[in-house]
Amino acid sequence: MSRIVILGAGIAGHTAARYLDKWLGKKHEIIVVSPNAKWNWIPSNIWVGVGQMSEDDVTFDLADIYKKTNVNFRQAKALSINPEGSAEINTPFVTVEYTLDDKAGEQENIEYDYLINATGPKLNFGATEGLGPDHGYTVSVCTPGHALEANEKLQTMIERMRAGEKCTVVIGTGHGMCTCQGAAFEYIYNVDHILREEGVRDMARIVWISNEYELGDFGMGGVHIKRGGYVTNGKTFAESLMVERGIEWITRAHVKKVEAGLIHYETLDGEFHEQKFDFSMLIPPFAGVGLQAFDKAGENITAQIFAPNGFMKVDADYTPRPYAEWSAKDWPRNYQNPSYKNMFAVGIAFAPPHPISKPMQSANGTAINPTPPRTGMPSATMAKAVAQSIRDMVNGAEEPTHSASMAEMGAACVASTGSHIFKGTAATMTVFPVVPDFETYPEHGRDLELTTGEIGLAGHWMKYILHHTFIYQAQLKPGWSVLPD
Amino acid sequence: MAEKITNKEPYQQAYYPPAPTGLTCYMRTSIIWQLYRFIVINLKMLKLMSKSHH
Repeated sequence: MSRIVILGAGIAGHTAARYLDKWLGKKHEIIVVSPNAKWNWIPSNIWVGVGQMSEDDVTFDLADIYKKTNVNFRQAKALSINPEGSAEINTPFVTVEYTLDDKAGEQENIEYDYLINATGPKLNFGATEGLGPDHGYTVSVCTPGHALEANEKLQTMIERMRAGEKCTVVIGTGHGMCTCQGAAFEYIYNVDHILREEGVRDMARIVWISNEYELGDFGMGGVHIKRGGYVTNGKTFAESLMVERGIEWITRAHVKKVEAGLIHYETLDGEFHEQKFDFSMLIPPFAGVGLQAFDKAGENITAQIFAPNGFMKVDADYTPRPYAEWSAKDWPRNYQNPSYKNMFAVGIAFAPPHPISKPMQSANGTAINPTPPRTGMPSATMAKAVAQSIRDMVNGAEEPTHSASMAEMGAACVASTGSHIFKGTAATMTVFPVVPDFETYPEHGRDLELTTGEIGLAGHWMKYILHHTFIYQAQLKPGWSVLPD
Repeated sequence: MAEKITNKEPYQQAYYPPAPTGLTCYMRTSIIWQLYRFIVINLKMLKLMSKSHH
């Protein structure tokens, strides 16, 4: 019997867990370790952040779901990995610390035959002084709790506007090295929509601020799509939507510091600026969760297993090269750690070989460019591929049998721009592949038949259906395995 | 008393991007057209997903 330990129960971790349980759960042991008691459909946190959904609408208890399966759930935080075991324990193990109230602070070594690191990101608010809801002045929609607080502050501002006060809303990225611009992009349109619904839009100045070189970059270096007889860059459409909704934008910006009501930022030209705000939601940069690694002798091998940003090294080509020599082939295919073949990392937890967007530096040497997105659909795709490979390796395969390179997979992003069954709209974007491949698609790096963008009610329906479908699927309700990931 | 503004300031951020025409705005929430687009988008996503699994 093999034991497979999965660290993390987000989109990637839970996807791997439900498939491994389905394929191996009766004969082998699946253990899921997550510090969170609840699963969260993160894309819908946007709707929590504007008061259109409750926390219960976007979360459910993991323990209740895993009770229906053969998965052994431990509500705990992973601290370290011993991929060779230790002087006392001969098999590989992870050390975890329980977050469950009854066992809080208690540590345990969990031995494994296969390990999937799907720990997601550390929300690194500390990278920017004054950023974030806990120790700063901005709000976030990264967790349900953050989104609830964001909505409370949004409603307070709406009351001020009703009383006749003009307010400034600033939404975007809170550091020069952020990813996940799509979440902020979606939130700004939902805030705009709510302000219109409340009849106070004319009292608000709404400003987008981001580290993108141009609007519509989304950490993917932008996209080209066919529209109106032309192949046009997504920047055109992103700007068009901003103008249509009366939103101003600041790009190429690294937020250096936030004070009460004031954002200090630097732009690529090396200039320093300030932006006042009454309400601001800024996405934090991501980092690895800080897992340590030790060899059998107890030597710290964290630098061998993890990249400096804390994400786990996998089968990517990490050789430093200039931008012009980057290739689709640099990106990992099977997410296996090169040193320890029974260890995998998926979702945000794996270390990308380099960004997708071109690295840029300000005149002062400050890096200002988006880091690669690897949330949502790509997370689930790579998690399923790793689950398939582990299933086959448990059954005798010597090497991973399935691949899911971000340079060979597509992604769909449906960004709500207003929720209503007949009057709502959403921007629907598909890209194939996520990482441009200029050797296969020399002109634009992507398949233009599958790289599309449009705004309309159909997108809103899609978003609504996806919300319910993915939560249904994650709750392992009947027929879940035939639904697309 | 302020002078009446009779011209519009060009060369601003909002001056350059394309703006949707009335027809484009109408089509975004036209039920019939959007039902058709819903089917098209779903088919594209299914094709995209089928090409993403190896």
